[in-house]
Amino acid sequence: MTYGVRLHIWGERACFTRPEMKVERVSYDVITPSAARGILEAIHWKPAIRWCVDRIHVLKPIRFESLRRNEVAGKLPSSTVSKAMKAGRVDDVAYFVDQNRQQRAATILRDVGYVIEAHFEFTPRADESDTPGKHLDIFNRRARQGQCFHMPCLGTREFPASFALVETDAAIPPVDTQLSGERDLGYMLHDIDFANGKTPRFFRARMQDGVIEVPPFEEALA
Amino acid sequence: MSAIANRYEFVLLFDVTNGNPNGDPDAGNLPRLDPETNQGLVTDVCLKRKIRNYVALEKEKDAGYAIYMQEKSVLNNQHKKAYDALDIKPEAKKLPKDEAKARELTAWMCQNFYDVRTFGAVMTTEVNSGQVRGPVQMAFASSIDPVVPMEVSITRMAVTNERDLEKERTMGRKHIIPYGLYRAHGYVSAKLAERTSFSEDDLELLWRALVNMFEHDRSAARGEMSARKLIVFKHDHPMGNAPAHQLFDSVKVKRVEGEEDTPARHYSDYRVSIDAEALPAGVSVIERL
Repeated sequence: MTYGVRLHIWGERACFTRPEMKVERVSYDVITPSAARGILEAIHWKPAIRWCVDRIHVLKPIRFESLRRNEVAGKLPSSTVSKAMKAGRVDDVAYFVDQNRQQRAATILRDVGYVIEAHFEFTPRADESDTPGKHLDIFNRRARQGQCFHMPCLGTREFPASFALVETDAAIPPVDTQLSGERDLGYMLHDIDFANGKTPRFFRARMQDGVIEVPPFEEALA
Repeated sequence: MSAIANRYEFVLLFDVTNGNPNGDPDAGNLPRLDPETNQGLVTDVCLKRKIRNYVALEKEKDAGYAIYMQEKSVLNNQHKKAYDALDIKPEAKKLPKDEAKARELTAWMCQNFYDVRTFGAVMTTEVNSGQVRGPVQMAFASSIDPVVPMEVSITRMAVTNERDLEKERTMGRKHIIPYGLYRAHGYVSAKLAERTSFSEDDLELLWRALVNMFEHDRSAARGEMSARKLIVFKHDHPMGNAPAHQLFDSVKVKRVEGEEDTPARHYSDYRVSIDAEALPAGVSVIERL
């Protein structure tokens, strides 16, 4: 067990898509541990470490907004292409991006703020040069200075996440009073198990006064 | 060309006069509105489309600047190009077993397609060339002030169908915003640029595209749109020297004093200031427009 880190993240909009509603995307009420891990990895990650999200503090009331956009629809069977290639002509393949459009609505979150509490564990790829202090220092230094590998995002890349480190002795920003009490958020994606053929694993998310305790990944339901 | 070695953030200010910058398919093509604040919105994908169109125009026949997400193009033909160039047998829906080959494919796509290098692309189609995450990330643009869309009815002195002949004319509708100044934020990651070989030249082209994209996107619906200001923050360090939100906060767009409660109708009704004092060490400001 290493020392934990605490990161305050916030943004205008967010979309943590529910896996059962992916076509017309509907976001979960709060950030998933998987998305939180992605944000931490955008700031610092090496194959030697694995981020584990311990706790999520939800700071702002949960509000949704709907948004419809043009997206590209589908794929073309490769057989059509090979046929066209044999014929040496592409103009037979009448399948254009602007005719092949889907308008998809997304139900996204507005004006979100979270504090992610997490720690990292070492993977088998760590060697003796990987000390807990080293990785902890790198992460804290980067988060403090606003450095990142790429700009972290709130679910999808068009919703960038602003972030700031919550220092060890600093208090967590206050949770909005609307979130007090207990709220059952139902089954929520914990993370994807990449070791076992990318199977998703779920957990029962309960929010107590804005705080969600995230069980260890091993205990999540496959 | 080697990849860029600095992180960048940019603020783009553009305005629209008597036009519709980005229609909302949910609202019968009315200009997009943020329902909570009535600010106008322009989606990230709308701006990316314009960048792609500009690059396609400027680099029409140049090798290495093809556009993958073309209007009127066929995605899988583009993948085919990669496979044919490298002589690999297409395998359905997965990367070729040989990882080096797969990387070669992706690298080839990055070399040849500007938008794959810049924005990335998911190429997990049946003829697969993998997935690329590009260095350039854009967020939604929203207007500085709430906008009020107007519906303008127009008539046409002709009819489409013969059966309507005696009607002599048809009515139509246009939705316009009298004036709106929009602000978009973007990010360029040096580290992701390394992976797609997004070079300094590519970056210059991106700035040119941002400055000029509306000049080549005139249409009846758009009205008058123009890029008004492009402020680029350059970090000395590839990981960056300051939080992005802090840099964005230093760019202030305010109404000219004494005019705050009147409707804005021109760019000169706004004052843009950059608080250069507040900028942290290691970050320089470049005004491209």
